[in-house]
Amino acid sequence: MAGQGMSASLLQLENVTIRFGGLTAVSELDLQIGAGELVGLIGPNGAGKTTVFNLITGVYQPTAGKISFASAPTAKLKAHHLARRGIARTFQNIRLFSSLTVFDNVRAAAQLHCERRVINSLWRGRAFREGEQEIARQVMELLEIFQLGKFRDESAKSLPYGDQRRLEIVRALATKPKLLLLDEPAAGMNPTEKVELARLIRFIKDKFQISILLVEHDMQLVMEICERIVVLDYGIKIAEGNPDEVRKNPKVIAAYLGD
Amino acid sequence: MNSGAKRFLIAAILVAAVVSAFSAQFNRYYLGVVIDIGINVILAVSLNLINGHTGQFSLGHAGFMAVGAYAAAKISIVFSDKIPAQLAPVLFVAALLSGGLLAALSGLAVGVPTLRLRGDYLAIVTLGFGEIIRVVLQNMESVGAASGLKNIPHDTNLFWAWAFAAITVFVVTSIVNSTYGRGFIAVHDDEIAASSIGVNPVRYKVTAFVFGAFFAGIAGGLYAHHKQFLSPTGFDFLKSIDIVMMVILGGMGRTAGVIVAAVLLTLLPEFLRGFAEYRMILYSLLIIVLMILRPQGLFNFKNPWRAKA
Repeated sequence: MAGQGMSASLLQLENVTIRFGGLTAVSELDLQIGAGELVGLIGPNGAGKTTVFNLITGVYQPTAGKISFASAPTAKLKAHHLARRGIARTFQNIRLFSSLTVFDNVRAAAQLHCERRVINSLWRGRAFREGEQEIARQVMELLEIFQLGKFRDESAKSLPYGDQRRLEIVRALATKPKLLLLDEPAAGMNPTEKVELARLIRFIKDKFQISILLVEHDMQLVMEICERIVVLDYGIKIAEGNPDEVRKNPKVIAAYLGD
Repeated sequence: MNSGAKRFLIAAILVAAVVSAFSAQFNRYYLGVVIDIGINVILAVSLNLINGHTGQFSLGHAGFMAVGAYAAAKISIVFSDKIPAQLAPVLFVAALLSGGLLAALSGLAVGVPTLRLRGDYLAIVTLGFGEIIRVVLQNMESVGAASGLKNIPHDTNLFWAWAFAAITVFVVTSIVNSTYGRGFIAVHDDEIAASSIGVNPVRYKVTAFVFGAFFAGIAGGLYAHHKQFLSPTGFDFLKSIDIVMMVILGGMGRTAGVIVAAVLLTLLPEFLRGFAEYRMILYSLLIIVLMILRPQGLFNFKNPWRAKA
């Protein structure tokens, strides 16, 4: 299992460094995610996990080093370009479109791969109507898979917390990604919800055949579901390997328990 | 649902045509007010695309209106005696469309460099743009400068005003309610989340600006051929505020509410003609009371974005 996907890696970070003024938030990070892999990125508070996340999604540009996705460099690409290439994400603090319904939240994401633009929506010809019906069908299918179909006309912000998290994942999936980035999905969840979440993440990986990068504070969740784990501390990769290797790594124990 | 929108458009234009055919029997004053309403509906609904649906705060709508008004008026004045009389309506529509296109172009010119700004910064920039337009017009001899542009042909009638109002409502609601159009509201709600699903916020904002400015320009052209006289002072900052008020009163992003508000705010000053100087005070009082009682807008009812499949 270890060392798989060397040549066929979907996402590749080489020597990536980012500095904010004098502070080096991430230093010479190498990271690979292969197709269909479920990788965890963990580390104590302030280790640079979210920064890595923002580097991958185009929010920040690296000071040095190279990031490539599906064998093409991602330098200078903005978040919406990367979404088009196949990187989808969720947010640590849920960011749903609060004035849209559950259905429309997902529909807004489903527009990514339809080329029907302004003019078509004015003429409303047959092709446009069929296109809209097709999108509606796909959206409902996704909602049903995640048991959100019954909420389709509810306002997104009126959903319970756990459902909002799920809806955000559904919205990300509606862009038909190759790589799904989950930013602390377990934040604010109780133990039962965490068990449910672990099952959900595994289900998504199998059902949609995509790669997932899970950034998590919660060790237990990551240990339970990830095939490979990368540990960051102070912006430096201190360990990488399968859950057992990482668990026994003295550097990791030191970072988490303190010296 | 799609053919419903088209049916609305055709029905509205037919009604406008029928009513317009009998317009000679109406009191001229009332007729004028009804045309004003049509023009204001265009202004309010088009601004609603920018301020309401897309969540940008533009204070430059009077500027776009002025561009359209002066362009259309000048075209009409220059060409009206050079063409046969039966072609007058064609010239009129051509003048309106050119005015609209020029306004859309200025919307693009303002939008591209400034739409990276947000909220109050954008409001200040668009405010500045509106003032620049006004000052430029005030100093352009070819359009009458400060003394105004006179002798514009009286081409606007009830039919044109209401037909264009119907087209504006159709275009704005059709765009916004399509899957593509959900992007405007996504940008309105959360730009970062919007770009994470592949929506380019700048592009959507510029699109909203261009469409909004186009219809403001059309409204300006209708206004010019309705009043037959244009003065730069008619397109000042207060005019933009008037339109913003219609959008806020109607409820940001609620097309039906904004239409009702446009009608109300056109009629209100007519009822208050006796004390016209107090109009702005009444406006201000109204908005204060409104913001306290109904910050979401007068006509904003539950679940406005009901999804349709």
